[in-house]
Amino acid sequence: MERSALQALAQKDFMSRDELESIQLKRLKNIVSHAYKNQALFRSRMQEKGLDDTCIKELKDIQKLPFFKKVDLRDTYPFGLLCVPMENIIRLQASSGTTGSPIVIAYTKEDVACWQEATMRALMIAGIGSGDILQNAYGYGLFTGGMGLHYGAEGLGVTVLPISSGNTERQIKLMSDFGVTAISCTPSYFLHIIEKAKQLGYDFKKMKLRHGIFGAEPWTNEMRQRIEQESGIKAWDIYGLTEISGPGVAMDCPARTGLHMFEDLFYPEVIDPETGEALPDGTEGELVITTLNKFGMPMIRYRTRDISVIVKGTCECGRTIRRIKRIDHRNDDMLIIRGVNVFPSQIEAALLTIPGVQPHYHIIVRRHGDLDTLEVQVELSAELFGDTIRSIEVIQKKIGNAIKSIIGLAVTVTPVEP
Amino acid sequence: MKTAKQLSVFLENKPGHAYNICKTLGDAGINIFTLSLADTNQFGLLRLIVEKPEAAGEILKKAGVIVNITEVLAVKIDNRPGVLAKIYELLSASDINLEYAYAFAMRRIFLLRVSDNEKAFQILSGNGFSLLSHEELFSNENEN
Repeated sequence: MERSALQALAQKDFMSRDELESIQLKRLKNIVSHAYKNQALFRSRMQEKGLDDTCIKELKDIQKLPFFKKVDLRDTYPFGLLCVPMENIIRLQASSGTTGSPIVIAYTKEDVACWQEATMRALMIAGIGSGDILQNAYGYGLFTGGMGLHYGAEGLGVTVLPISSGNTERQIKLMSDFGVTAISCTPSYFLHIIEKAKQLGYDFKKMKLRHGIFGAEPWTNEMRQRIEQESGIKAWDIYGLTEISGPGVAMDCPARTGLHMFEDLFYPEVIDPETGEALPDGTEGELVITTLNKFGMPMIRYRTRDISVIVKGTCECGRTIRRIKRIDHRNDDMLIIRGVNVFPSQIEAALLTIPGVQPHYHIIVRRHGDLDTLEVQVELSAELFGDTIRSIEVIQKKIGNAIKSIIGLAVTVTPVEP
Repeated sequence: MKTAKQLSVFLENKPGHAYNICKTLGDAGINIFTLSLADTNQFGLLRLIVEKPEAAGEILKKAGVIVNITEVLAVKIDNRPGVLAKIYELLSASDINLEYAYAFAMRRIFLLRVSDNEKAFQILSGNGFSLLSHEELFSNENEN
């Protein structure tokens, strides 16, 4: 992309509120109409409320619309929410679901471009661009982290090293050998990289690494301070979720007073999670996002389960797009382990695949060094264990494999008494 | 074929667990004749020989313990060098795997858990070893 085009893209974060709101209204009308015409679930929920696709007259009319939840994605798995013919879909991504079946998100060519625009704008806020080398250590594949950052960086003319996650020693060697200037991964994985690098005798001060784009799991300001102190890089918080598109829904800025949401693309609301009532800016509640410019599988008033606040007032960085407070907790039982979403119900589903195993379990999350680990304590029964150590180890292995195949993470399985 | 009945008890890795098992049995008036404890860093397995394994098993189950009854071979052995080696040699020559073994030393009885009880019984008794039933374990004729 031309330099001037990139500048124009970055300027979108600074447009006047009037201009922004008129774009939002136009896009909201359009997406509501599109979903109403093409998606049975949305249409029937609208009709239940006595609404049709002409109900949006002003932005706050969004508050009349029904919510979408993760369960809707699961219930309509895989393509029930599709609003365009399958031949118009050029990409499928998936994230772990609540009962073992994944959540699938379908993107049209325009949707991929919209997502790319968001990640480009996010990286530009961090000052990353042509001349930088980005080591993208998010997982590539169905998880949106890898592909999301990849497209964003490539769009900016950044040199991308698509290393994906894992193999920490190689990560450090290439970071050093290639003169990598920016890395993207989960913050806990980067802490692990720091530890490993120390052990191997690398000195971050001698490396060219300057920026870390960290997300895909909640993390605290204390963790940010530690990363910055120990590695000397700047740690940026990026927010996103598969259902909305992937990383790049909102991004830190130098003022560090919240994450700017690219609200011409993703419209934020905060609601009372109990009543569903929309709350004014400055009040804590559940973050709800509407995709204003995504057509394959638009999400209208999607309840993220993330607890946040829309920050009042303008940011000292001058951006007019609103900020959300950094996410540090959620209002469901989802765990985020090394960037992977884990629901206890998935553990249960895995246990139920093994004959004789009861779905009675404890999940214990521990931090070993800087990596979260999962231990699953499972009730053993007399039929399962026989009389040898080996018979129990076989069951442990079976359970471990079943869980790994569903959540994608290795866990420690400990047999316990009922 | 004669076999002895062993209680196989799963032990969670927590302090005082083996104590609780033994205490439960003791309180019920059940005498433990011999035992073997195997453990990993996550859990343990306690193997017990008691006179009335079915009754003891029920008592433990009621106390919430995971327990199985396993048939093992009880081989009478002489107190002289090379006897155990002979047993292992016979089993290994017949491709029988030994899972675990322990002794009831007071009565010079060697308890064996093998991959094929029937076959092992035939081979050992055919080579001059005397194998006991559960009841014989406790009869006075076998007192040394």
